[in-house]
Amino acid sequence: MKKYLSFFRLRFIMGLQYRAAAWAGVATQFVWGGLLIAMFRGFYVTEPENFPMTFQATVNYIWFQQAFLALFAAWMLESEIFESIRDGNIVYELCRPMRIYPLLFVRAMAMRISRAGLRCFPVLLFAACLPKPYGLSAPDGPAAFLLFPVSMVLGLLVTVAFGTLIYGVTFFTVSPDGLRLLVTSSMDFFNGAVIPLPFFPERIREVMEILPFAAMQNVPLRIYSGDLAGAEALRAVGLQCFWLLLLMVLGQTVMSGAEKKLTIQGG
Amino acid sequence: MKQSLALYLRYVSIHIKSMMEYKLSFFMTAAGQFLVSFNVFLGMFFLFQRFSTVAGFTYSQVLLCFSIFLMEFSLAECVARGFDTFSVIVRKGEFDRIMVRPRGLIFQVLASRFELTRLGRMLQALVMFWYGVTRSGIHWNGLKVITVVFMLTGGTLMFCGLFLVGAALCFFTLEGLEVMNIFTDGAREFGKYPAGVYGKRILQFCTFIVPYGLVQHYPLLYLLDQKRGIVWVFVPLLACFFLLPCYGLWRLGVRRYQSAGS
Repeated sequence: MKKYLSFFRLRFIMGLQYRAAAWAGVATQFVWGGLLIAMFRGFYVTEPENFPMTFQATVNYIWFQQAFLALFAAWMLESEIFESIRDGNIVYELCRPMRIYPLLFVRAMAMRISRAGLRCFPVLLFAACLPKPYGLSAPDGPAAFLLFPVSMVLGLLVTVAFGTLIYGVTFFTVSPDGLRLLVTSSMDFFNGAVIPLPFFPERIREVMEILPFAAMQNVPLRIYSGDLAGAEALRAVGLQCFWLLLLMVLGQTVMSGAEKKLTIQGG
Repeated sequence: MKQSLALYLRYVSIHIKSMMEYKLSFFMTAAGQFLVSFNVFLGMFFLFQRFSTVAGFTYSQVLLCFSIFLMEFSLAECVARGFDTFSVIVRKGEFDRIMVRPRGLIFQVLASRFELTRLGRMLQALVMFWYGVTRSGIHWNGLKVITVVFMLTGGTLMFCGLFLVGAALCFFTLEGLEVMNIFTDGAREFGKYPAGVYGKRILQFCTFIVPYGLVQHYPLLYLLDQKRGIVWVFVPLLACFFLLPCYGLWRLGVRRYQSAGS
């Protein structure tokens, strides 16, 4: 356990080095968040009766999504890992006295947390200072306040577990680009990155909410402003735990399968 | 001029030939490009399942706006991709080589890349365009067709201008400025709705600072007969003037350029 922790620390500190890139990210997230809110406002002023969440809840959703983009963005997979699987450098990772699955898992966690850590505070601070209803509001009661961080951690873990599963599958295909594009873009769509899940039509939403993709950013961001509350919220968190376990078992199986009959490319 | 064009076409044919050496990779990337903007389309589609209009625009009208804007962007990216990856040229010192050749600088950078994979996106834009044209209830006439042509011209040149700014900034920073993505990728992402949807302030920005609105919002209103008068036909062409300050910045950058790389 200790070696994974120190590996985490190593990668985390490494991630913190990219500060200039982080500022560019912060600027982008401000603009993205502002424009998304302006867009939803456009819909809200035209037909407020068709709006599925309160406007404030939507605004909170968008600001948190932008602030924690690095935690949940599906496309944030490390191309370095894909490269190393293709060119054979992955052997150096496999040689270490550590299991490959937790190694990649921890590495992805460190990357996401360090990136988010650098970016989230300016965005959150800025959003909190904006006037109502365009700024970030307080959480919806103490229950939401307590459940939000729990669900946030679970969401991150599910996202990472899914990403690690993709790395695992890559061991079996030599050219992973097509698969990767297909998976990440459909992930972005199903996890509520394109539009929040409540905006989908009822029928489709019901199906989408069961899928593992909904267990990523959808749950915590909606719990915060009370869009998911009470028994419904608890069920969603339970579903997050279920998917986390399943994805981890699946990822572990795929990886150990890959380890057994691995062909190293390149020399 | 004629000679330059012939040379450019020669460059393009070489680029296409080299791309066709890796056919699978070409189609994969094209499909990827398609998927990314298809997501944007799907998001819009489902929003309009719930809402019937946004700021007075119906689904098919917004789709028409999105398709034209996406075409402008893809065309510009197809042609001016060399500017987008210009930081590499500067950092590797390749720009020195460009400077000693007996051809225009901009010409050579333009000819250095030709990104045919953007056709995936173009195809999607064409399908949406067709849908938008037939469903949006526009009464077409000669002037409106000309307006669309002007929109495409103005918009493509405007995006080329933005890419040029991004490249010019590389002279000062040596690295690509990620912030520029806000104006290019951000526009692609958010330009799907007419700029007026985002409120008055943003419309003003899109009129006077970076003229996105001139190539989508205003001409769209003209197409929908909400603005009358022949003046509006020519509004999209005003966006071409955006190239002037961009070119100025480029010249300034070239003059300041002190070589880099080895």
